[in-house]
Amino acid sequence: MKLFKIRGGVHPDDRKKLSANKAIEPMPMPKLLRIPLQQHIGAPAEPVVRKGDKVLKGQLLADSKSVISAAVHAPTSGQIMAIGNYMAPHPSGLPIRTITLKPDHDDRWIELPAEVDPFTLTLDEIVKRVADAGIVGMGGATFPSAVKLGLRKRYELHTLVLNGAECEPYLTCDDRLMREQADDILDGIRIMMHALQVEQALIAIENNKPEALAAMREASSGFNKIKVINVPTRYPMGSEKHLVQTLTGKETPARALTADIGIVVHNVATAHAVHDAVRFGRPLISRVVTVSGGAIQQPRNLHVLIGTPVQDLLDYCGGFLEQPSHILSGGPMMGHPIPDTKVPVIKGFNGVIALTAKETAIRPPMPCIRCANCVTACPCGLVPLEMAARARNGDLQGAVDLGLMDCIACGSCAYVCPAHVPLVQYFNYAKGELTLRQRAEHKQAETKRLAEQRAVRIEHQKKAKREAMMRRRQEAARKKAAAQTTETEV
Amino acid sequence: MKITVPIIGGPYTHETSSINRLMLWVMLALLPVTAYGLYLFGWPAIFLFTVTVLTAIIAEALSLWIARRPIKPFLLDGSAVLTGWLLALTLPPWAPWWVGVVGSLLAIVIGKQVFGGLGQNLFNPAMVARVALLISFPLQLTTFVAPHPLFAAGSPGFMDSLHVTFGHAAQLDGISSATLLGHIRTQLSQGIDLSKALLNQPSLTQLLWGNTAGSMGETSALLILAGGLLLLARRIISWRIPVAMLATVAVLATIMHMLDPLRYPDAAYHLLSGSLMLGAFFIATDLVTSPVTGKGQLLYAVGCGLLIYVIRSWSGFPEGVAFAVLLMNALTPLIDYYIKPRVYGRTHRGEPIQYADEATSKKS
Repeated sequence: MKLFKIRGGVHPDDRKKLSANKAIEPMPMPKLLRIPLQQHIGAPAEPVVRKGDKVLKGQLLADSKSVISAAVHAPTSGQIMAIGNYMAPHPSGLPIRTITLKPDHDDRWIELPAEVDPFTLTLDEIVKRVADAGIVGMGGATFPSAVKLGLRKRYELHTLVLNGAECEPYLTCDDRLMREQADDILDGIRIMMHALQVEQALIAIENNKPEALAAMREASSGFNKIKVINVPTRYPMGSEKHLVQTLTGKETPARALTADIGIVVHNVATAHAVHDAVRFGRPLISRVVTVSGGAIQQPRNLHVLIGTPVQDLLDYCGGFLEQPSHILSGGPMMGHPIPDTKVPVIKGFNGVIALTAKETAIRPPMPCIRCANCVTACPCGLVPLEMAARARNGDLQGAVDLGLMDCIACGSCAYVCPAHVPLVQYFNYAKGELTLRQRAEHKQAETKRLAEQRAVRIEHQKKAKREAMMRRRQEAARKKAAAQTTETEV
Repeated sequence: MKITVPIIGGPYTHETSSINRLMLWVMLALLPVTAYGLYLFGWPAIFLFTVTVLTAIIAEALSLWIARRPIKPFLLDGSAVLTGWLLALTLPPWAPWWVGVVGSLLAIVIGKQVFGGLGQNLFNPAMVARVALLISFPLQLTTFVAPHPLFAAGSPGFMDSLHVTFGHAAQLDGISSATLLGHIRTQLSQGIDLSKALLNQPSLTQLLWGNTAGSMGETSALLILAGGLLLLARRIISWRIPVAMLATVAVLATIMHMLDPLRYPDAAYHLLSGSLMLGAFFIATDLVTSPVTGKGQLLYAVGCGLLIYVIRSWSGFPEGVAFAVLLMNALTPLIDYYIKPRVYGRTHRGEPIQYADEATSKKS
């Protein structure tokens, strides 16, 4: 298939060799599981169990109550120890609502529905099963998958793209999953194609994963609507819109979704979760996590229950070779530092990466020398150096005018910057500050609107009162006049 | 384990690049032509080069100290050395020491630090100094000597050279020699056409190798080209500025030469003489003062080439690289304002892309 060139991008050392040849292995059962109620984009789930309850593996712990949200299930059988606040697996380390589950080591499943043939289900039933299983985008974006599978209702779709690019350095969890469970992933893909009613599926895999490519090719050999595409290794190939452009040559319009051009993108690990959920009714309670980085004793790919503390993963991999400079959830390009190793693994964690100071190569920033490497590297056609200069001086509108909102925060610019300017930091700051201001403005506008409405309402009441009074007076006057007339007549 | 490093946005990996590495590569690229220039013009050139670079370093350190900025990281970034170095290469090799000192002070203090230091200057510091020197001290800046290679018969020894650089410049009268561009300009102004003016002048091969009178580091087109190719290979500069600039001059020279061969030298003479080669690969490509987009760089380089040709052909000065680069530096902010890359998912005008069949893709 003819591929199309994307603009910019970078070629970081992929360091995948550290863990690419390690087969996925299950983690031993942790002592305690901490299951945050918000592991996804959208509203947090609402607990449906209480402290002290005994739960079975796969039992619903918290339900999604709004359109954009995702349910949370028990990763194993055991007892609910607490429903409270616990440190979030987020750089802030702020407390979020978390259910603490003490495993009973029986690992007993809740009664699961009988295996069904997904192709006999109605499309809505499939979407409902995916929603009930609490599946979110497993590439790291954690957008509720059911919402994306329901896009058929609003868009004319023709293609499902499976993102197996895994363009972040170090990460090998999708690579391993494709090598080891290609048939299950393929089943998930067929189910998704059915749910979306699309004509074809394209599985995009970067060419640095020849084994995964071969495995997926073999698994898909009987299906002529499913193609495995070898895409060039170039960061950020896994960016949804850029992957779609590579495959189809079409750019997704600004501020729109890929669905606007008839395409939906799902991660390959999500397809695997869909297979489990729709065919067997098994909710999303575990995932594959790559533990890697120069500071890790034995890099591995682990099958981990949601809620397992990061420290357990590190211990299982033999601890540190040397004190890491950063421990990240996700890859080094777009991953986030975790605030503490006691935080739990959540649905979006594709890796726990412990990097040495040499690997992070963080240096004190120097002034920008306008070398324009960032302009060349930006896959979105922005001028990062100008945007950063505006953000730095607090000229947020200036940054927006230059395209701040079109920035996907991929970090290619900061990666190539010879002055080591923390460009992404500036953009994140500006975006956060803008959100705050917009929220403040919105609040102000709402307050104003409500105050005005109240004034109008009060004015209405007064007017009604006045009118009633007038009417009564007129009535009285009329009666009086009538009485007088009668008198004179008499 | 609690993690205590300050949280700063990603990425948490980085290309092995830094400003000093960048500057070191440029210096490495300048090394062949510099070594050749120092050899060709002997001890006086070595003295002048040393004085110029040292002054640049001292001026940078003093400016940073006055501005209360950290001295070490900025001094080690190599930009001051490079500025002094480039300035020295554009000076007449036997110019007196104070030309180098004044030049470096102008470059670092006026050209760079007054604007706010590294990355903030609007104009190429070395060219600011070059132009200021040319206007202030025209005699010293236009007195060139024929090659006097180190240790060759007839070249001044170490002590005599000290006298050349640190003594009285007037002694040079006896051995001064015009550059090719200067010679052509003088001859043409005396009504002598090129058929006679180019007699007994350096041949094209000579210009290519650089065995002619000229500025310290501008005579050997071939060695400059070698350094430029290194920068291109290392992706420190893009091909756009050198190629567009040289091509513009070449095209204009060819056209004018065809129109009047007796008045306008052909493209080869233009490309191989004066500061054009050094300008195209090392001066106009200065990262700080050139546009950031590909198209912007092309426009800027064409502008440089055009101005160089106009100044060389029709102004009072025989050479115009420094003027041309400064004028185009002044336009860089404007070029960057108007020429921007197209943003992903948007048209050139910044509107979201609309597909003709979009209506069918969204169900109402």
